[in-house]
Amino acid sequence: MTDTLAFWPFDPVETTSGKVVQMLAAILVFIAIMGIILFLASLAKGRSGDRAVGYLYLAPTLLMLLVGLVYPGLRTVWQSFFNAAGDAFIGLDNYATIFSDADQLTVLRNTVFWVVVTPFVATAVGLIYAILVDKARLESAAKALIFLPMAISFVGASIIWRFVYEYRPNQGSVKQIGLLNQVLVWLGAEPHQWLIDSPLNTFLLIVVMIWIQAGFAMTVLSAAIKAIPDDVIEAARLDGVTAFGMFRFITLPSIRPAVVVVLTTIGIATLKVFDIVRTMTGGQFNTSVVANEFYSQSFRSDNQGLGAALAVLLFVLVIPIVVYNIRQLRASEAR
Amino acid sequence: MSINSVGPRWRAALAGTVGVGLVLGLAACGDGGGDDSGEDTPSAAAIDCAQFSSFGDLKGKTVSIYTGIITPEDKPQIDSYKPFEQCTGVTVKYEGDKAFETQVLVRAKAGNPPDLAYVPQPGLLAQLVATGKAVEAPKSVSDNVDKFFGKDWKAYGTVNDKFYAAPLGANVKSLVWYSPSEFKENNYKVPTTLDELKTLSDTIAAKDKKPWCAGIASGEATGWPITDWMEDFMLRLSGPEKYDQWVKHQIPFNGPDSSAALDAVGGYLKNDKYVNGGYGDVKSIATTTFQDGGLPIVDGGCSLHRQANFYAANWDKDTKVAEDGDVFAFYLPGKDASSKPVLGGGEFVVSFANRPEVQAFQTYLSTDTWANAKAKLSQGWVSANKGLDVNNLSSPIDKLSAGILQDPKAVFRFDGSDQMPAAVGSNAFWKQTTSWITGQDTKTTVDNIEKAWPK
Repeated sequence: MTDTLAFWPFDPVETTSGKVVQMLAAILVFIAIMGIILFLASLAKGRSGDRAVGYLYLAPTLLMLLVGLVYPGLRTVWQSFFNAAGDAFIGLDNYATIFSDADQLTVLRNTVFWVVVTPFVATAVGLIYAILVDKARLESAAKALIFLPMAISFVGASIIWRFVYEYRPNQGSVKQIGLLNQVLVWLGAEPHQWLIDSPLNTFLLIVVMIWIQAGFAMTVLSAAIKAIPDDVIEAARLDGVTAFGMFRFITLPSIRPAVVVVLTTIGIATLKVFDIVRTMTGGQFNTSVVANEFYSQSFRSDNQGLGAALAVLLFVLVIPIVVYNIRQLRASEAR
Repeated sequence: MSINSVGPRWRAALAGTVGVGLVLGLAACGDGGGDDSGEDTPSAAAIDCAQFSSFGDLKGKTVSIYTGIITPEDKPQIDSYKPFEQCTGVTVKYEGDKAFETQVLVRAKAGNPPDLAYVPQPGLLAQLVATGKAVEAPKSVSDNVDKFFGKDWKAYGTVNDKFYAAPLGANVKSLVWYSPSEFKENNYKVPTTLDELKTLSDTIAAKDKKPWCAGIASGEATGWPITDWMEDFMLRLSGPEKYDQWVKHQIPFNGPDSSAALDAVGGYLKNDKYVNGGYGDVKSIATTTFQDGGLPIVDGGCSLHRQANFYAANWDKDTKVAEDGDVFAFYLPGKDASSKPVLGGGEFVVSFANRPEVQAFQTYLSTDTWANAKAKLSQGWVSANKGLDVNNLSSPIDKLSAGILQDPKAVFRFDGSDQMPAAVGSNAFWKQTTSWITGQDTKTTVDNIEKAWPK
C-alpha cells in the first residue's frame, strides 16, 4: 500500500527531464484548480451569486494565508512559552532571558544600532544623491551606478565586503587582499582586523546594508522630486529662495510621503537583516542581531522556545513600522 | 458552429471537465516520470551476496540516504554501494546537503525523514532519537558492530541503553602537521611527550620564527578548532576518566581541570612568540579560516599546525603529503611517552525505517567488506572498523590515521563538543573560545560556557 505514494509527482527528482515533467505537472495542477473554481463560480446566480464568486476567488489565497502564515504564526507564539525541548510550559521565562542575559542584551543592542542607523543614513545618502544628480549631465548613468548594488543579493554583497575588510599582517612576503587594509598600508598605517572589534564591527556590517539600500532610496526619492510641479518651483525662485531654502521649504515637504515610505521600508528590511550578519561574521564577535540569533537558537542551539520568543519579538517590533507605513500610504492617497 | 455560439455555462462546464481530467491524468504522468534514474553500473569488486539472502527478495526497492558528505567525498561513497546494489537489486538514493545538520532535525520533526542518515555527532543522534522517529539498529548490525568495532564506538551509537547507530567513517584529530624537509634540515625530532613538544616550539621560536599557525574562522561554526585543542589537552592533562565526566557534565565546565586545559592551550595559541606564523598576531587566528590555517607550513611561514587527518584535503594539489614529502603529520604526543590518548570523530548511520532493504543496507555498511571496498576507492578516509586492512588505504596519511586508530595501546575518545548538548557544543563553546582568542580571559570563558549548559 505504501507504494501508491510513488505516483505522487512532487517527490524530489534528479534528472532534468524529470524536473521539466514536474514543472509541467505543477502548471497543469494550477490550470485544473482554476478550471474547477471557474466551473463552481459559474453555478452561482444573481447578486448573492456575485458575492459567492468573490469568496470563491478569495478562497485559495485565504487558505494559503491560513496554512502558511496564520497557523505557523500562532504556533510560534505558543512555542515561545515553552522550554528548549518544547515539552514544558515556562511562561514568560524566554522573554525574561532575552532582556536579562548578557549575550541576548548584546543582540538587542546591535539590533538597535542597525534600526537607528541604517534607514536614516541610507535615506539621507539616497536623498542627497538624488538632489545632486537631478537634471545633471549623464544623470541616468550616475543613477545606475548607485542603483547597481540593489541588484546584488545580500549574501553576494556580504562576500564582496568581507573582501574589503579582509586582513593580512603587514609582513615581508604577505600581501594585503582587502581593499581597506591596502589603503591603510599605502597611507603608511598598520592593517587592522576590522571585523573583530565590537561594536565597531556592527557599524561596518551596517555599511553593507546602506550600500545596498541607498540605491533604492535614491530611485524612489528622485522620482518624487521630479514629480514636484514646475510652477511651485518657479514661484519659489521668483520669491528669491536660496538653495537650502528650496530644499527645506519646497522639496522636502513635497516629497515627505515618499521619504516616509523609504524610511519605513528600509527600517523593516533592517529589522529582518540576517544574511549579512550570517555571511560576514556568523554572529561571532558580538555582531549577532535578533533575526540571526533566532535562527541559531532554533536550529543550531536546539533551543526552540528562545528561538520562537526571538521571532515573536521581531514580529512585535515590525508591527508599528508596518502600521505607520500603511497609515502614511493611506494619508497620501487621500490627498 | 463558431466559438461564440457556445454559451457561458458551457464554457465553464468545459473548463471544469478539463480540470478534473487533468488532475486524473496527472497520476499517470507522475508514474511515468518518477523512476528513470537506473543507469548501468560499472563493475565493482565482487562480494559475497549470500549475506543478504536472509532479507528476502529486495529487487526494485529503494533506500534513501541523507548526509552532509558532499562533493568530492560523495563519489567514493556512492561507488562503494555498487556491490550491494548489484547483489540485491536495491537502488540507493544518495542526497548530500551542506545544511544537513540542521535540516535532518527539521525533516525528522516534520515526519519526513530519510531512510538512513549519516550523523557526525552523538549529540545530534540523541536529538534525533528524542524526536521518536529513529528506529533501533537490527540485530545483524549490532552483531557486526560487536565484531568489528571497539566497545567505545558502540557506546557512541547508543542512546538510553538502546543501540541505534553503527559507526561509518572516522577521523583522527590528535595530529600535528609539519614539514618533514624542515625537520630534516634542522635536525628536529618528532616529539614523543608534551614537554618535548614545548621544547621543540621554543627551539623554533628561538630562531625568530613563529612555530605554530592556526585558523578558527568557519562561518557560524567559528571557534570549533579551539574546542578540539581544548579537548586534546583535557584528555592529556586530566586523563580519559576525567574527560568523560567533563563531557557528561559530571564535573563543572569551570572546574580546575577544565581551566588548566584551556590555559595549556593558551600556552600555545595565546603565546605571541608561538603564533600566528604567516598570519600575524594572536587575534589573527580568529579571522583566518580553518582551511587556510596550516597552509603557511608549505612556504615556511610556520612549522606546526594541529588539525585532524581530514585537513589533508586542504593542501595544494602539488603538495606531496607523505613522510618524505612536503607535509605530513605526527601524533600529538601524550603527557608522557607511555600514554597514548587519541581524540577523534566519525559518522554514525541512524535509521528511520525498518524495511528489510534498509536493514540489509545498514548491515552492509557495518561489515568489513564495505570498509575495505570504501578504502580502495577513496583518499582521506579511514574507519575504526577493525576488519579494515590498512594496506587497502592508498594515502600515507590515511595509513597513519588507521594505524593510530587500531593501535591497541591507544585510548580513543570521541570529540567532546560533538557529544555535549547543542546549546554548549555548537553554540557557547564555539562563541566563548572565539572571544577567548580575541582577548577574553580563561575564567570568564569557562564561566560563561558553564552558564550556558542547559539545566
